[in-house]
Amino acid sequence: MSTSDLQVTRKSPVTTVAAILGLIVLITLVAAPYWAGRADMRLMGEIFLYLALASLWNLMAGYAGLVSVGQQAYVGFGGYMLFALTMFGGLHPIGAIAVAGVLGAVIALPVAFLIFRLRGAYFAIGTWVIAEVFRLSFAQVSALGGGSGSSLPVGIVRSLASSRAGREHLSYWLALASAVIVIAAVYFFMRSRSGLALMAIRDNEMAAGSLGIEIWRTKFIVYIVTSALTAMIGALIFLQKLRISPDAAFSVNDWTAFVIFIVVIGGIGTIEGPIIGTLVFFLLRETLADLGTIYLMVLGVVAIVLMLKAPKGIWGLIRSRFDLELFPLSYRVKPNKPLRKC
Amino acid sequence: MPEPILKISGLDAFYEDFQALYGIDLEVAQGEVLAIIGANGAGKTTLMRSISGLTQNKADMVTFRGDRIGALRADEVAEKGIALVPEGRQLFPSLSVEENLLIGGQIGRKGPWSLSAVYELFPILQERRNQQSTSLSGGQQQMVAIGRALMANPDLILFDEISLGLAPIIIKDIYAALPGIIGEGMSALIVEQDITKALSVSQRFYCLQEGRVSLEGASATVAREDISRAYFGVE
Amino acid sequence: MDWVNAVVQGTLLGGLYALFAAGLSLIFGVMRLVNIAHGDFIVLGAYLGLSVTTLLGLHPLVALLLVVPAMALIGYVLQRGILNQTLGKDILPPLLVTFGLSVIIQNGLLEVYSADPQKMNAGALETASVPLGGLSLGVLPVLTFGIAVAVIASLQWMFYSTALGRAFRATSDNQEIAQLMGLNRRHIFGLAMALALGVTAIAGILLGIRTSFDPSIGGGRLIFGFEAVIIGGLGNLWGTLIGGVILGVAQTIGAKIDPGWQLLAGHIVFLAILAVRPNGLFPRINE
Repeated sequence: MSTSDLQVTRKSPVTTVAAILGLIVLITLVAAPYWAGRADMRLMGEIFLYLALASLWNLMAGYAGLVSVGQQAYVGFGGYMLFALTMFGGLHPIGAIAVAGVLGAVIALPVAFLIFRLRGAYFAIGTWVIAEVFRLSFAQVSALGGGSGSSLPVGIVRSLASSRAGREHLSYWLALASAVIVIAAVYFFMRSRSGLALMAIRDNEMAAGSLGIEIWRTKFIVYIVTSALTAMIGALIFLQKLRISPDAAFSVNDWTAFVIFIVVIGGIGTIEGPIIGTLVFFLLRETLADLGTIYLMVLGVVAIVLMLKAPKGIWGLIRSRFDLELFPLSYRVKPNKPLRKC
Repeated sequence: MPEPILKISGLDAFYEDFQALYGIDLEVAQGEVLAIIGANGAGKTTLMRSISGLTQNKADMVTFRGDRIGALRADEVAEKGIALVPEGRQLFPSLSVEENLLIGGQIGRKGPWSLSAVYELFPILQERRNQQSTSLSGGQQQMVAIGRALMANPDLILFDEISLGLAPIIIKDIYAALPGIIGEGMSALIVEQDITKALSVSQRFYCLQEGRVSLEGASATVAREDISRAYFGVE
Repeated sequence: MDWVNAVVQGTLLGGLYALFAAGLSLIFGVMRLVNIAHGDFIVLGAYLGLSVTTLLGLHPLVALLLVVPAMALIGYVLQRGILNQTLGKDILPPLLVTFGLSVIIQNGLLEVYSADPQKMNAGALETASVPLGGLSLGVLPVLTFGIAVAVIASLQWMFYSTALGRAFRATSDNQEIAQLMGLNRRHIFGLAMALALGVTAIAGILLGIRTSFDPSIGGGRLIFGFEAVIIGGLGNLWGTLIGGVILGVAQTIGAKIDPGWQLLAGHIVFLAILAVRPNGLFPRINE
């Protein structure tokens, strides 16, 4: 058998079917305002925003090895930028979301230079310090309500769309778009040269040494881009909430703990993991939320047990059993002709 | 032959994901010095790891004084009376010379070896007792590594490549000290690249090739050609 | 004189931060584990102290006799039962597992004790003070600082002059070779975590006498301890005390300038030191 009989490809029948199904699901979701109730759309909007946050955290921790427990810094920063830019800059909310992303990238630069000095777990706590600095700093800005926060003026809310239904549809589509854009961005990044290099170091430590400086730069870029996108999603989140305060904006539980649980439960280091994790997370939340603190303890236990017994999460379990991949990322060798036993 | 102190039977062992040993059978008699020779990658280090418990296998693959120890952890094997002088010496860099020796003895087995006995064997170590172990020369570090293993008063001592990376004169000194070390009723297993050295201090030898025993015999009478055939696998 | 007072009070506060940090530093030194739940264990120690004092009517400092062994036991069981399984080349499992623990402890405390702020009653000790050259030194802060110095001196002695400390250092250097010496690393790590949580119990009770506490404050205590460790330099216990003092002084001086600046000033000094000396002021471990 010569090598020309073999073809290296990322595609498999499963990924093609997944792409078609994905497209159908996407069209159905885009059309949600025509078939879903208001409460459902609100819930779905929240699901998409968490999916976007989880995919971004997964890109950093699962692919680039940057485990952050401080992404709430950028969620809150984005939220506050939305308020500041619309209230004092006179920007349209949609424009403000875009500018919040740019500013998120700008502020992430000096932050990255500082905390990239910390290794591994200390990097994680360093990110938390940064989030605390952000929280305490915004609590000092009296124009934004100081420690008690402020609400988005009605005029700015109206500028989004005149009717309430129009605003709700728009926020829903924005949330859906953010999830789609983030997943697509992660997917195409992981197929790029830099993404492949990241996967190489994740899978093989020997390769890490020889790629040294380029890896550092790639991680740096991942951090900046993730921060910018997280800030945009933060702006979107608080555009829906219409009210911001330092404690809500920089909550480690809401914007980091839940996100980490989603990724760990779904499967870290895969694109599919955060999607499954988000669905499971909201399923648990909708059924167990009445339990309050017990629900959070259950989440903690589930995450620990999964980390110990199935570190690749639910998707890892499925994948190891069926060798499935919905997003064509890894290469597989496929024979052009049927193989004969040699 | 009396009941062997160490008996290995049908040992299959893995180094990371690769199978490194295939069905090894081997015996060490009480008080015997046994040499293990073989080329790089023949499985010598995996054999040492399997005996000392750093690699855990099936319980009955390794028997020591009648106990099935193949599945025990390294610390449990150490308590049974097996000590390893590891390849590359592997001293504890944050411990002083004396602390390295003391930690070898912390297992608390009774026997002839103590701090003063080790210092008597290697007087230079007493002079350097408070230095960081990594500040010593290679030969002195090897003395610490040997002393550290002796402090456990083992019944069986394993030497893994003790001459690796040392100057010939120092290798000579260390080999000159070996009979005095092993003479106390201890059994020893010596892994060595230098075949002549290995055969000169041992009574019997085993040669490993690609994870299997390719030759065994008495060290004093073996023919050179037989060894090179067993060593390199050339016909 | 006000500024001198701020520096002195900050120094004494630094003792408490050094106690927050000592356990963190110890377990990192022995097993390279960073415990994200460390702050929540401090708070757990405070709540255990509260229960012991209210149920048995003991003075908080006497309660230490029960809470320290209890926390040490929790530490040992936790390490043997869960954390040992997470140790390895990959840093994710220990991080995420301790993060999960943090959420469990926090919400467990909420469930048992509610979100209401609590405080331990230490009687006259809370308000007693001694005059010193125009300053008034609270007996409790001075006692806390004294305990911090004593704890760090004992840890230092234990680490460098006892068989246990030798075993800790050997296992930290090379786990495999330490196993060959008959040291069971799982047990050694269990002992290290027991010791760390024992110290954490002391920190928690002193915290609970000094200020009111609620289940949500663990994260903040973790950060103070972490900052003290990094400022002082990884693996250096006395450095950790100095790190705690620098952080404490930064906070009291910040608070003097503007009450809202207390915590921010501490973080900014930490980030400034990180920018100038990434390995801290007195590093011992080169990572």
